[in-house]
Amino acid sequence: MGLKEKILTKSLWVFHLSVGSCNNCDIEILDCLTPRFDIERLGMQLIGSVRHADVILVTGALNKKSTPILKNIYAQAPKPCFVVAIGTCPCSRHMFKDSYNTISALDEVMPVDLYIPGCPPKPEAIIAGLAKLIKKVTRK
Amino acid sequence: MSERRVIPIGPYHPLQEEPEFFKLIVEGERVVDLEIEIGYNHRGIEKLAEAKHWDQVPFAVERICGICSTSHPFAYCLAVEDLLGITVPERAHYIRMIIDELQRLHSHLLWLGLAGHFIGYNTIWMWAWKAREPVLDLFELITGNRQHYAMMKIGGVRRDIKDENYPAIKKMVKELYPTLKMFAKAVNDDPIIQKRTKDVGILSKEQAISFGVLGPIARASGWDIDVRRDDSYALYDTVKWSVIVQKEGDIYAKILVRVLEMFESCSIIEQCLNKIPKGDIETEVRDIPAGEGIGRVEAPRGECFHYIRSDGTNRPIRHKIRAPSLMNVPSNLVTVPGYTISDAAITLAAVDPCYCCTERSAAFLKTGKKILTGEELVKLSQEKTEQLKKEYDKK
Amino acid sequence: MIKEEIKRRLEKNIKDWVVKNPKRIYFTIESKDLKETVKLFYQKMKLRLSTVTGIDNLTNFELIYHFSCDKTGELFNLRVFLSDRDKPEIDSLCDIFESSNWVEREIHEMLGIKFKGHPNLTHLLLDDTWPKNKYPLRKDYSNE
Repeated sequence: MGLKEKILTKSLWVFHLSVGSCNNCDIEILDCLTPRFDIERLGMQLIGSVRHADVILVTGALNKKSTPILKNIYAQAPKPCFVVAIGTCPCSRHMFKDSYNTISALDEVMPVDLYIPGCPPKPEAIIAGLAKLIKKVTRK
Repeated sequence: MSERRVIPIGPYHPLQEEPEFFKLIVEGERVVDLEIEIGYNHRGIEKLAEAKHWDQVPFAVERICGICSTSHPFAYCLAVEDLLGITVPERAHYIRMIIDELQRLHSHLLWLGLAGHFIGYNTIWMWAWKAREPVLDLFELITGNRQHYAMMKIGGVRRDIKDENYPAIKKMVKELYPTLKMFAKAVNDDPIIQKRTKDVGILSKEQAISFGVLGPIARASGWDIDVRRDDSYALYDTVKWSVIVQKEGDIYAKILVRVLEMFESCSIIEQCLNKIPKGDIETEVRDIPAGEGIGRVEAPRGECFHYIRSDGTNRPIRHKIRAPSLMNVPSNLVTVPGYTISDAAITLAAVDPCYCCTERSAAFLKTGKKILTGEELVKLSQEKTEQLKKEYDKK
Repeated sequence: MIKEEIKRRLEKNIKDWVVKNPKRIYFTIESKDLKETVKLFYQKMKLRLSTVTGIDNLTNFELIYHFSCDKTGELFNLRVFLSDRDKPEIDSLCDIFESSNWVEREIHEMLGIKFKGHPNLTHLLLDDTWPKNKYPLRKDYSNE
């Protein structure tokens, strides 16, 4: 395990991005921060700027208006940066795959490190997913 | 004249179905103009619904909004029942009302928490969301999912509430009362909250009518409308409750309307549980003939409107959906300008965006103009509260 | 009561008056009478514009203006047909109330109906790069 991984996995700072969701996944992400689940005890914090982020959480089905901005934001993120697809929409486009305004699944636009399917995934699933992400990075 | 600057808020700003991009145009501290751009969340559900079977549409429209995810299928089912002219068993009506009111509780608590966050009271955020968890637990118990309940069905409900679940609902409502009283008291007693929210972001009754705002925002401006009473659906006319109306139209009134509405919701749920009869939970529907129908439901944010038209085949040929936010959000055009930048965050939040300025980045750049991010905006708002707190402590 | 008043005042203009049930009333008017009727509804009778539904009927376009009377719970649905399919046009209601602004923009981009006198008839939901003369809610639309 290199220094980079060691530092990176101490406390993941997550940046949250909704590219066309119904808000449920977004609420569940925020729910992780509140007293019941309290993800901050694991050192994870939701931050307001992608420039400080270690992880980008993407929710929602990518649409034509938000995808260019999503790419733009991904380009601004410091690398290495993990991308997590939360909910079925970014994983597989869900029921929106026939829509005229959605483009593709998230992994066709940028590399995705972790998929957390569900509509919406429960906060427990999100926390378990992020724990798996740390395991993957540290190769434990 | 001081220099004009632009503050972008958004576009990653998931307000209800539509994350929006607000462009605040400011002179010094004062907001002089506002531009709104939406569409970052447009997924074309109206078109998708035309390709779905009548029975599949409730699942599709549920995915419009995660917070009022029972209002949309509810309004759709009412629209189809309006087309068919059928009645629904009494028990189904009561189950629908219980689900609808539980959803209102969870939605208003969610908003209250975020409103607290925007004025720098993270304690309110944590407390309100903690109080919201038991509601979600109930949903999981009754429907099997924390969000997206899939309870509505043409002609009734998809799932019954089991007898053994009644005590859990009663217990939750009973335990919620003291918490709600605490919130009501906190809002009433705290001089800082009053200072931050009174006489800020005022929407007059005339403006409210012109913009056609709905739900709590209309009621906070003294416009007494509520679909539950006016165009009574389910059995809202058989339970006792009152429509909360405030005259001031400022943020404080909007908070008050929502907090007081939660008490009404609790009372409606309790009455429903006492009145709910045994029996069927659905009327069987075989064919949908040609025709048209309209369903209206009072979602937590206002009237949710569904229009459907059938040509006798197994899918709707037109399904029009009008979510309340489409009418509510443009009212920001008059409520935000004229106040300071630090008030903008809470004013924009007061129309009940699910979720506000914390997490998005400034993707809009204009040369020569100073750019602040939404994060800084929240910080500004929170600093103002700190300032007021200090002043108050000195007194 | 309001039903009778509308019927009395608009006697000449109304066609196909249908009372589907006591709270849902449908009727048709000519597109040239729209503005006058809406002014009467909004200013005199204090009805609220709920929304406007646009429908592509293959041969023509149909707009339904849903007006809600919040005192009685009645919903008056005012139908207007636009027969010119190549160049559908109708008066904008933006100078009467603000609420029609976004509603009309949405119909404009979804169905391609032009609202005469609208102050800002640009894209509301779709991206600015959306191809011209392609309207997703028209029945002849297909994804490529």
